[in-house]
Amino acid sequence: MTSSTATAAPAPPRIARARRGRAGWLVYVSIVIALGLLSPLVLVALDARQAGWTEIHRVLFRSRSRQLLVNTVELSVVVVTAAAVIGTAAAWCTERCTLPLRRLWTVLLVLPIAIPDFVAGYAWHSIRPTFTGLWAAALVMTLSTYPLIYLPVAAALRRADPGVDEVARSLGLGRAATFRRVTVPQIRPALIGGSLVVVLTLLSEYGAFEIVHFQTFTTEIFTEFQFDQAAASALAVPLVLLGLLVLTGESRIGRRGRTSRTASQAARMARRRRLGYATAPVLAALSALVALAVGVPIGTLIYWMQRSERSTLPAAATVGKATWATVDYSALGALVAVALALPIAIMAVRRASTARRLIERSTYLTQSLPGVVIALSLVFFSIRYAYPLYQTSLLLVAAYAILHFPLALVCVKVSVVQAPPRLGDIGRSLGRGPVAVFARVTLPLIAPGLIAGFCLVFLTATTELTATLVLAPTGVHTLATQFWAYQSEAAYGAAAPYALVIIALAAVPGALLGLWFDRERYSRLSTEQYSRPAALEPAS
Amino acid sequence: MRNTKLAVRCLAAGAVVAFVATGCSNSSSSSSGSQTITLYNAQHEQTTDALITAFTQQTGIKVKVRSDDEDVLTAQLEQEGSKSPADVFYTENSPWLAQLDEKQLLAPIDAAALQQVPAADSASTGDWIGVSARVSVLVYNKDKLTAAQMPTSIMDLADPQWKGKLELAPAETDFWPIVSSVAKTYGDAKALAWLKALKSNAAPNDNIPDNETVVSDVNKGTGDMGLINHYYFYRLQAEIGKPAVHAALSFFAPHDPGYVLDVSGAGILKSSKHQAAAQKFVAFITSAAGQTILAHSDSFEYPIGDNVAANSELPPFASLQPNSFSVADLGTGEDAKTLLQEAQLL
Repeated sequence: MTSSTATAAPAPPRIARARRGRAGWLVYVSIVIALGLLSPLVLVALDARQAGWTEIHRVLFRSRSRQLLVNTVELSVVVVTAAAVIGTAAAWCTERCTLPLRRLWTVLLVLPIAIPDFVAGYAWHSIRPTFTGLWAAALVMTLSTYPLIYLPVAAALRRADPGVDEVARSLGLGRAATFRRVTVPQIRPALIGGSLVVVLTLLSEYGAFEIVHFQTFTTEIFTEFQFDQAAASALAVPLVLLGLLVLTGESRIGRRGRTSRTASQAARMARRRRLGYATAPVLAALSALVALAVGVPIGTLIYWMQRSERSTLPAAATVGKATWATVDYSALGALVAVALALPIAIMAVRRASTARRLIERSTYLTQSLPGVVIALSLVFFSIRYAYPLYQTSLLLVAAYAILHFPLALVCVKVSVVQAPPRLGDIGRSLGRGPVAVFARVTLPLIAPGLIAGFCLVFLTATTELTATLVLAPTGVHTLATQFWAYQSEAAYGAAAPYALVIIALAAVPGALLGLWFDRERYSRLSTEQYSRPAALEPAS
Repeated sequence: MRNTKLAVRCLAAGAVVAFVATGCSNSSSSSSGSQTITLYNAQHEQTTDALITAFTQQTGIKVKVRSDDEDVLTAQLEQEGSKSPADVFYTENSPWLAQLDEKQLLAPIDAAALQQVPAADSASTGDWIGVSARVSVLVYNKDKLTAAQMPTSIMDLADPQWKGKLELAPAETDFWPIVSSVAKTYGDAKALAWLKALKSNAAPNDNIPDNETVVSDVNKGTGDMGLINHYYFYRLQAEIGKPAVHAALSFFAPHDPGYVLDVSGAGILKSSKHQAAAQKFVAFITSAAGQTILAHSDSFEYPIGDNVAANSELPPFASLQPNSFSVADLGTGEDAKTLLQEAQLL
């Protein structure tokens, strides 16, 4: 994409130099960020060494491990395929069709991400206790991860230039062929990035699998934890290897002929397709999706509250405090994640090289590790090198940023890919300083990605449990930890309100996201101002 | 683009507000005049909170609580080592305290406190103290089985007649003492064969995540019976009300290897900078006052202090007839874990 534009039409030397200068600085910043994000792997390595080869051998090379590997691979294939189809179809409906109650759908479709995995798992288990195994795990995980694909794909569709589609159609290409040959390449970075995050999330998932009795390396880590923490870390090694494998595969696919010219196109909103006869079936399908993904867990929570005989419903003040703590930590974590993702995304997109790709890829790796492994490695580091930070909110915010960094990166990267870098160069050539150009040209162009990334990390962080329990300041409760505390006491009625607040909270960024993009639609005039210089570029 | 700029500014402003708020909440907690100790808690939070409230009323010492699963807290304490902010560790099962004791992270408990509970329920080293107890029982669905049909020995669960009728939660630490007790009575080889038969009888329900799920499944009739600690049944009953309960408990024959008394305990970290206050807390939860709070809580555990009656819902403590298997026999639970892993249950 960017590389092809750069070779096809070399920019004037002065601008090229300016860009290179900025980029060199970016690479160093990115390396520092990547090293920070990878630091938890150091503890995994140390622990694995401490456990010793015989222990690793005992844990990894038994008949069970093969089954775990098969389970993990099978599940990943099924879930990624299903989530990609559902996420893309949903994004197409909300972004390119005249969907009734469109705004409502944009909120509802994102909500499943805010359903804590352990709530979804329990909900399904309590409806049908025989709901176990691969297909149960696949259903629960597809329903909870498809928004990871929906969000970036919707953002990409929103920003993709509909002109190319229109040209294809006018030249006689059918609808299906246009989608396959024109639209898919445009949303490919988003689709691949989202799928990548889904696979990595599956690798580190625990709560839901435990409930539907599906064993993966991560559930095994939690069991092994009861024996020996060092041996548990040894089990994280296959996770890291699987993560590496997926990343390698992804970069292979990602590199294959991206013909998208979006980088030099300006955003113009596509004309929405009339659904017509299809309205009813599409609405039915979306309703079914939301009913399964959101309705089932919420219904179960309400059922718990009604059935509870105990008078231990939590005081409003406790819920309020936990809500504030949750919002505070999650929002800060999301901000930090997005801020860190920005330089990496720009570095990776502005020029392609093996080194840059390696730096960017490496930052995804921690997503394949379960939260508790990352949390304990932060304990390890802060106890030794930053004791004053230990068990402060700062460390927890850092943990959220590390844990959910790839979610931010995927969203930010999609926007950066679509933002024409030349607009920035033109800004520079017109005499503006780099800071002013960044603030007034680059930032507004990539704002949708930043906001999508913020919302995605925020939503995911509100449901985070294992790292929060280890790292939150002593005595501070979040909604997730309170839910856990009551639920592990079989006080389901008292636990339910906390989960309901998490879901209610999630509706806020979901709604903001939807409203935000709608407002942008109305300020199309200002967007179109940017299309003129882009059109003058020789490459387009 | 005004919208975009506005949003960026709002985000920035929000960040500043949040940072300031976080900063404030941190500084306010550290500026209290009276003494504060930190408790790492793996026991049920509501019971712990009731104990703490009474303790603070009596002594003026405040207690900050960090709750998590006992295996994670143990790992965390080991990572923290001598720099641990924890003063006291209160767990649901004794092996975790034994593990920390083995790594020499615990300080001796005052003799006066140790005398408040039976010596067999605390560490032989005196480095941690027993606080409460519970027994292993079978729970069964009354629509599927009758009391008369229930096996009286844990060994009978290996009988093929229970195929497909049993639910097991082998990852729960509660399961270890039973395995260890069987191994102590019959030897490792027989214990392993028994475990394998149990796994085959329980399949596909041989890997239920926790005892809460086992008791709830049996109550719903998904499983005919399950192996649990008694209190999970009483907690479910308290949560859903007696009319909704379709399950009942069945005790093993007196002194059966499966009839085990499990002990919850507490230890004081060697690294604690508030040794005296920590000793006071441990003495309080094992005193008559603390044990009475435990007995009246929704945890449905048995107090082990002298002359404190258990919750009236429970059969009296004196009526229980567990075997002689003790926390000393259990140790860190290493034997049980190895057997469970050999049987592919872990």
